[in-house]
Amino acid sequence: MTTFQIAANILFIGFVYYFIAQNSARQLQSSTQTKMHSRHHYYGFFAAFMAWLPAYALLIVMAIGDDIVFRSLSTNLIPDAVRTNADFNEIIAHAQIKNVVSGTNFGTQPDWVYDAAQAWQGWIATSTTLTTILCLSLAVLGGFWGYYKINPNFRSRNAVERIIVALLAASSVIAILTTVGIIFSVVFESLRFFALVPVSEFLFGITWNPQFEGAERAGSGQMGLSTYGSVPLFAGTMLISAVALTVAVPVGLFSAIYLSEYASDRVRGVVKPLMELLAGVPTVVYGFFAALTVAPFIRSMGLTLGLDVASESALAAGLVMGIMIIPFISSLSDDVIRAVPQALREAAYALGSTQNETIRQVVLPAALPGVVASVLLAVSRAVGETMIVVMAAGLAANLSLNPLDAVTTVTAQIVTILVGDQEFESAKTLSAFALALTLIVMTLVLNFIALHVVNKYREQYD
Amino acid sequence: MISTSKGMVSPKMATKRVAASMAKRKKSERNFQLLGRGAIAVALAFLVVLFSSIFSKGLPGFFQYYVEIEVDIDREKLDPTGIFSQQSLYDGDARGVIRSALYAAVGAEGRSNKRAAGKLISPGAEQRLRKMVYNDPSLMDTTQTLRFAMDDDVDSFLRGFINRETPEKDRRINDRMVEYIDRLQADGKIIYAFSDYLIFGSASRNPEMAGIYGAFIGSILTLSVCLVLAFPIGVATAIYLEEIAPKNRITEIVEININNLAAVPSVVFGILGLAVFIGIFGMPRSIPLIGGVVLALMTLPTIIISSRAAIRAVPPSVREAALGVGASQIQTIFHHVIPLAMPGMLTGTIIGMAQALGETAPLLMIGMVAFIVDVPGSVTDPGTVLPVQIFMWADFAERMFVQKTSAAIIVLLAFLITMNAAAIVVRKKLERRW
Repeated sequence: MTTFQIAANILFIGFVYYFIAQNSARQLQSSTQTKMHSRHHYYGFFAAFMAWLPAYALLIVMAIGDDIVFRSLSTNLIPDAVRTNADFNEIIAHAQIKNVVSGTNFGTQPDWVYDAAQAWQGWIATSTTLTTILCLSLAVLGGFWGYYKINPNFRSRNAVERIIVALLAASSVIAILTTVGIIFSVVFESLRFFALVPVSEFLFGITWNPQFEGAERAGSGQMGLSTYGSVPLFAGTMLISAVALTVAVPVGLFSAIYLSEYASDRVRGVVKPLMELLAGVPTVVYGFFAALTVAPFIRSMGLTLGLDVASESALAAGLVMGIMIIPFISSLSDDVIRAVPQALREAAYALGSTQNETIRQVVLPAALPGVVASVLLAVSRAVGETMIVVMAAGLAANLSLNPLDAVTTVTAQIVTILVGDQEFESAKTLSAFALALTLIVMTLVLNFIALHVVNKYREQYD
Repeated sequence: MISTSKGMVSPKMATKRVAASMAKRKKSERNFQLLGRGAIAVALAFLVVLFSSIFSKGLPGFFQYYVEIEVDIDREKLDPTGIFSQQSLYDGDARGVIRSALYAAVGAEGRSNKRAAGKLISPGAEQRLRKMVYNDPSLMDTTQTLRFAMDDDVDSFLRGFINRETPEKDRRINDRMVEYIDRLQADGKIIYAFSDYLIFGSASRNPEMAGIYGAFIGSILTLSVCLVLAFPIGVATAIYLEEIAPKNRITEIVEININNLAAVPSVVFGILGLAVFIGIFGMPRSIPLIGGVVLALMTLPTIIISSRAAIRAVPPSVREAALGVGASQIQTIFHHVIPLAMPGMLTGTIIGMAQALGETAPLLMIGMVAFIVDVPGSVTDPGTVLPVQIFMWADFAERMFVQKTSAAIIVLLAFLITMNAAAIVVRKKLERRW
């Protein structure tokens, strides 16, 4: 049986136990005339949970763990002669075997690969049978135990509620596990990268020219040598983000001021959802728009003005990214401006200020921490944005501050390096993880500062 | 008395001074309002430019040029073995049947003329004829007027993207083909009609045959996995944190952690999927199952944060009333709090799903960018999703792909706008104010 079929069967067994146990509790009460501790369906739920939980736990372990076990088993099947070879790479060996197993093998492999693949297929068959038998019998046995426990003194409601609380707590752990997974996947590979390339070169080097090992040997590129200086990538990210903010901050901020202070409810009711529509547009659509409409437009504008504009200029990507983040700034700023108490405005009016004097000298200073935070969140959004830069900013790692040049960004490089087939263990592949690590650190620091600004400088009115 | 920097002045003087400055102040007020209006105008102008650019390119993408020709469906040629199975039709000469009909329609004689005529029609035509005959065997040995898609270069020519005045050697359509196209057009045999390939076709390198069906099914599968995981886990986490968790250090860490996850760039979730699910667990690439799991992890914070807000909005009096008549804490939560908070939770979930539907970057990392012709039948079949399909098409050089990409974008936007509208409706209709 496939994993899904087993899961469906366990579900069914649980439901059967639910009805059996519920009925039997009801009959017990009517036949013995004793009062059960809990209502009937709690006995049913208890039996069902006993059928579900252990069986599903086992199923998950088996489904995830089988491949890991098979890989370590297959390592033993690799002949020593192959394993001691200098070019030997365990990950590649496993990939070769798995390709044969899944039937996606092209060309011919050495004999030991076919042998290992055959053994692997045998393990899959055994493990499937084993999983089916173990999981289903565990479900039946667990459910039976839950059924067996039915008696008037058994506090099934309390037991069921404890299980529910445990399940709720377990789901909140998923968020922690996600973070652990992210850190785990990024940090370990980054450490391996820094073993190959010194940290100082990565952080302060000014040429980014990753090459696959084969290309390096063949001497292509800049004399065939890989260099991993990330400064051009971060400069490119900053340049595009700066262009984006130059567009988004004034437009977003003034829209927020107008919408919260001047606009009538009707205008607000129409304009605000329209602006939020900009936030709902997928980034791939912005990327397409930037690459096909904005970039050629800017290029032809530049040519008529006699400027030399790259066809994938930072300006095009930044401009479109700016459009994308307008709603972030406008709706967050709108919220904080509206949160400034009316009493402050009235006090300013009473002193004879006009409306814009009130806004500039009273409302905005009061809302400033929130506005700054919204800008910082927008920066972190711009730094982490991927599709627009992948589609519109290109891959040339130029170190330039001219928005008319082509630059590349951290996210664009991560995507290009990791999409498609990768060479295992090469510095180029690993460099993407190091970039991701710095990207995470950057966005988290920005968020941390934003939160800190809000908490520290927020004026508590009421 | 009004004090100024120049010291004390009389009320009369002060009034005069204020009156004198009023014109300037009023002007500055006007300018400030204009600035605000200007900002909104700029934002809305961007919106208009974005949408009109997509729609003007995309609406023509829903249509394409077809040619209608009289086809003599000859059993001898189409199914020479007479077995009448998909394979035997495949072995037959469907191409020859269509070609000879086409040659007759344009009057092509001789090798080079026939070659030019053959290029007018899409290679998908044979497949279409085989399918048509297979589904309706009574068509055999009859003559039918059938409609086939024209080649993408011909389509671009008919739309005016390939200029007739361009020298022949620089143009993808040679003079002979232009002549044939003119002839077909004069006979009224070229038809501009709704593109069934766009909706029912799958991935293809031939733009006239490419469609979004496979990607659409992939999107549905991926989103289903995402919903099945993210909704229960998100709601359960929100309930735990709002109603049950003790206020201690661990709970605080979980809360900070969720806020941080909301800020992590989406591409990082792709790296997580690549390193953990594919690297460590050894799951296959390109499958909707992993795509759904990665998107679920990405949308969890959105769902948790909005569900928590919805639970917090349920007034404590409801809980106290339930506890007062003897309900246990869990009964209170499941019988009273969750039903009342459900509209808010659903709103958050729909918005999270809309986010997931439009997401591209993490799915690129887990290999959903592969060129897959087959429509995925289950969550463990390799597939792709709409935004990734758009990304791939945007990269292809053929002119016709620009229209197809924009048309696919319109389909995607239509779904997103529907989902967001549904969220607004749920919020407006079902949410109770306390």
